[in-house]
Amino acid sequence: MSLMDTKPLLGRVEEVGGFVDLNAYEAGQGYGAARKALTSMSPEEIVNLVKDSNLRGRGGAGFPTGLKWSFVPQGDAAGEGAKYLVCNADEMEPGTFKDRFLLENNPHVLIEGMIIGAYAIQAEKAYIFLRGEYHQPYRRLVEALADATARGFLGRGIFGTDFNLDLRIHSSGGRYICGEETALLNALEGKRAQPRTKPPFPPASGAWGRPTIVNNVETFCNVPGIVRNGVEWYQGLGLTEDAGTKIYGISGRVNRPGLWELPIGTPIRELVERHAGGMREGFELKGILPGGASTDFLVEEHFDLAMDYGTIQAAGSRMGTGTMILMDNSICPVDMSRNLQHFFAQESCGFCTPCREGLPWIEALLLDIEEGRGQEGDLEVLDRNAQFIGAPGNTFCLHATGAIEPLQSALKYFREDFDEHIRTGKCPYHGRRL
Amino acid sequence: MSAAELVHVLSGEEIAEIEAEIAHLPDRESAAIDALMIVQKHRGWVSDTSLRAIARLLGMSSDALDSIATFYNLIFRQPVGRHVVMVCDSVSCYVMGADGLGKAIEEHLGIAFGGTTDDDRFTLLPIVCLGACDKAPTMMIDDELIENVTAERLGEIFGRFE
Repeated sequence: MSLMDTKPLLGRVEEVGGFVDLNAYEAGQGYGAARKALTSMSPEEIVNLVKDSNLRGRGGAGFPTGLKWSFVPQGDAAGEGAKYLVCNADEMEPGTFKDRFLLENNPHVLIEGMIIGAYAIQAEKAYIFLRGEYHQPYRRLVEALADATARGFLGRGIFGTDFNLDLRIHSSGGRYICGEETALLNALEGKRAQPRTKPPFPPASGAWGRPTIVNNVETFCNVPGIVRNGVEWYQGLGLTEDAGTKIYGISGRVNRPGLWELPIGTPIRELVERHAGGMREGFELKGILPGGASTDFLVEEHFDLAMDYGTIQAAGSRMGTGTMILMDNSICPVDMSRNLQHFFAQESCGFCTPCREGLPWIEALLLDIEEGRGQEGDLEVLDRNAQFIGAPGNTFCLHATGAIEPLQSALKYFREDFDEHIRTGKCPYHGRRL
Repeated sequence: MSAAELVHVLSGEEIAEIEAEIAHLPDRESAAIDALMIVQKHRGWVSDTSLRAIARLLGMSSDALDSIATFYNLIFRQPVGRHVVMVCDSVSCYVMGADGLGKAIEEHLGIAFGGTTDDDRFTLLPIVCLGACDKAPTMMIDDELIENVTAERLGEIFGRFE
């Protein structure tokens, strides 16, 4: 049994001790799954396999990957012209660093997953939509794409079949909203990254109006293992009802911040205590954002929960990207909320009013409270705006909804902190920051 | 500058790189972001004249192109220094002390965020999460990611960029 059987995404990185180049990747069964898929399976068989595996999107929303792929029209139903497969490598969710690690250390597992995905939906054009700031991942991807092309894994007639794939990198000009898949497609087309009206959804009408699938880096990286080892193996990896492994990450004042590929459903406390080595001396864990900046805070009563899609959702938050941000007892919840709203206000695309006007206004109010200018009734104003802006359907896309998740939960779990700021006219944490 | 003169603004190298992008796209306008980033790579920023020349090359209006250029964080419509310093101000770095670090950097360089040093050596900008949260606080100088930044290291770090 190799590490690849329990850690299909990062096992090879561990075995090699860092960057996995093409030779190292092939020596660890690399590209065997793509060869198997293209030479012995039909596109429909692959779509069904991924559907049956219960792989869910690792970018944050958790949508079933195989189901998404099955929405792409095949054969004559697809009409004239190209179909597109796009990898969302625009990792801009604050607190999230898993895709960068994958791209830098194991680029071929992504490329192999994309080859299989492209074949499954019969797309002959594919893009990796990469963050503009991700220079080292860019260099690694350029090298990996050249190596894979030289070996005949990309380009024309892959593995001696009649399947062709042109895979390119698009470096983003940089905006968080590009992570929203229809905004990403506008950016790919060279436009402002404003989200599009849905429906139509991208599998019906995406890049340049053609059927398009957009998946996250980590999602594609799960595909080769599923093709290689099958559905039963894949489902057996998970500890709860979700399947496979998950790359979990922790940032904040722990002894060993980092990321780890673990069975999906690993409990929060085990991640913090065992993998991240617990809190640094003198610090207590007060709350976590379980899956990036746009997820609701969880607190002590939740720390024994399993990190999977259903469990975290039932607790009122989202697993999101699975990379957790830890708030310790030296951090002011009001000021941290201000920091979060600053991000969302700045990154609003500006298209619809509640988001463009509402988020900066919330940020300004939080700054007032933090700096001792809060007034009685401010929290009710924040509550009301959180309800209004956070309700899906009141804004054009889910950007503002995501912004409100950490705010509404901070108002719920740390209300006494907010109250104290207003009551005493100052920040009780001020001067205690380390 | 007249429309005819705009033909000579972009270098042969820039035009060749832009045309290479256009070659694999369904239409010329789709290369708008690529073209802006290519010109910025060569010139450091995108001036009004460059912008008009790119728009002409792509067959689109310069106003439409400017609405794209100003949308993106990494396209500079003002001159920048020889090195662009981008300091992460997102939540993981915030938790690890980015606010204090930002102030220390402003003091070290003698400029506020958004400014450029008098010798045109550094432009200082805030940036959103750089995806290295386990090694916070982080910053990026040009295309180099710098992790675990402390106020004590600033002299050594900036000293490497002339």
